[in-house]
Amino acid sequence: MSILASGGFWAFVGVVAGIYTILALGLQVQFGFAGLLNFGQVAFMAIGAYTMAILVVKEGWSMWLAAPLGVVAAAVGGLLLGLPTLRLRADYFAIVTIAFSEIVRYVATNEDALTGGSQGTIALRGVGEAAQYNGQWDRFEARVQGWLGFSSSDATMLVIVWVVAVGLLALTWAALRTPWGRVLRSIREDEDAAASLGKNAFAYKLQALALGAALAGIAGLFYAWQFSFFSPDDFAPLLTFFAWMILLLGGLGRVWAVPIGAAVFGFIFAGTRFLDFAPFSWFGSDQRAYLRLIVIGLIILVLVVLRPQGLLGKREEMVLE
Amino acid sequence: MFLQLLANGLVTGSIYAIAAVGVSLVYGILRLVNFAYGDMMAFGALIAFGCNGPLHQSMVVSALAGMAATAALSLVLDVVLWQPLRVRRAGFMSLFLASIGLALVLRQALLLAAGPQPRSYAVNPYRVFVLGSVRLSEAQVIGIATAVAAIVVVGLFLSFTNAGRVLRAMADDRSLAAVAGVNVGRATQVAWLVSGLLAGLAGTLAGLVEYSFDPNFGFQLLLPVFAAVVLGGIGSAYGALAGGLVLGIAEELSTWSGFAGGVDPTYKPVVAFGLLALALLVRPQGFFGQARVA
Repeated sequence: MSILASGGFWAFVGVVAGIYTILALGLQVQFGFAGLLNFGQVAFMAIGAYTMAILVVKEGWSMWLAAPLGVVAAAVGGLLLGLPTLRLRADYFAIVTIAFSEIVRYVATNEDALTGGSQGTIALRGVGEAAQYNGQWDRFEARVQGWLGFSSSDATMLVIVWVVAVGLLALTWAALRTPWGRVLRSIREDEDAAASLGKNAFAYKLQALALGAALAGIAGLFYAWQFSFFSPDDFAPLLTFFAWMILLLGGLGRVWAVPIGAAVFGFIFAGTRFLDFAPFSWFGSDQRAYLRLIVIGLIILVLVVLRPQGLLGKREEMVLE
Repeated sequence: MFLQLLANGLVTGSIYAIAAVGVSLVYGILRLVNFAYGDMMAFGALIAFGCNGPLHQSMVVSALAGMAATAALSLVLDVVLWQPLRVRRAGFMSLFLASIGLALVLRQALLLAAGPQPRSYAVNPYRVFVLGSVRLSEAQVIGIATAVAAIVVVGLFLSFTNAGRVLRAMADDRSLAAVAGVNVGRATQVAWLVSGLLAGLAGTLAGLVEYSFDPNFGFQLLLPVFAAVVLGGIGSAYGALAGGLVLGIAEELSTWSGFAGGVDPTYKPVVAFGLLALALLVRPQGFFGQARVA
């Protein structure tokens, strides 16, 4: 049980929770405020991370230029996805967005020359040469670490991720209090009423989709920095479902519910690692990995049945009228 | 070459079609996009394997056992999960998320119970049927014959039996059907039963045609099946049949060299979704779908 007491482990859990917060915040903008059932959020994370890594490794760009471009690429991906699909009914839109995220992962797996293929970014330069895109990031992190006076890089990353996450949460919170945010919510409540007042519902939804995609792109950058190497399988649909679970845990339609959901999720996800008492101890370690996901799935089910609006959400938003 | 690809496409397409009808029937009644359907297919395929491998039963008996077990699972899940959600008037979003949670539980439970190793049914892989320029393996012949029979049976069931008419009426307009005296609870059970039977059959056939499969293969099948459902129009059973066949054939034919040099076979799934995107641009509600569902 020594790992339970280790600060490094919990710092890591906190970093992942911060990355998930940014990812799920994107979903909150899309679903909580614009009513869009996006189930392909992980694709924008992949686009952000890959765009940065490819520009740094293959084109020799500075990471500080490549990173914002990764976010822009994710937002453009959101626009391209939205243009043909936003006119679809909600259930169709949900399915098409999953398909979109699988296509992105498929292309990343099969276009070896562009992405390094299934081996991931380590193969970006080709066989026999490990490609690295985060040298500049490591130097920046070391400088922040010295400035904070920390001894561990995990703790430094924890601070950086959460400073950015809180900043993005505050920005989103403020954006929703502008006239733009009010129109967005009015469209979610009653699209026909908003349209009759001369609001272009399609344009607002497209903007929300692109904004949420850009947030996922930022989450992708942090994912890339945290894990040094990543591969297409890191962006499987499961990650999108985790983000939805966070949204559900926290509560729909509330910005500040997102970090709470992410923290609870991070705790559950890390905590299920320690299920080493009976009956879990009867199984081998690979079998316990399956059990862990079974527990997470059961938590989703119990939550949906007992508290569909999330811990802090409003019930009216999740049930049929 | 073209005919061979067409035949392969017919095999894939008929499996998609069977599964797509199963998804579409439940959607029609419950407005539930069942994300766990792929894992139910894997469940049926594994039960059938248990009968076919260790128990040495024939493929027919094994497939029937897989179908029966999946139908039973489907009915049990209705009682323990979907009914409580209906009682609480869960919305589309809650139902979809619940099915994602269920998919996670089912797949990991299968991995836990059966292990991740690939399995193959006991069919002769070297027996080949030749029809002109088309060569089909024994598994493919069994697959296509069963699938065509199943599609005909499902079509007849939907068109001519009372239960089939009730299901279609409820898919069209639930409140109108209820007002007309349809027993909604009973029809829901019928929908789950048929959907489970079709999941077991489609899973077993897919496992048969793909030579080997593992508990994860259901999820890989799920997305093309969803694409077929959307292409046909969600909730329309006939649309799902047509959508499945069209997608399966399109996937295979896209690799034909006479078609602009052909697509790299690894991109077959992308072709299916590309086609879906194009079709939705022209007809946002799918071939047979309604523009709006109450």
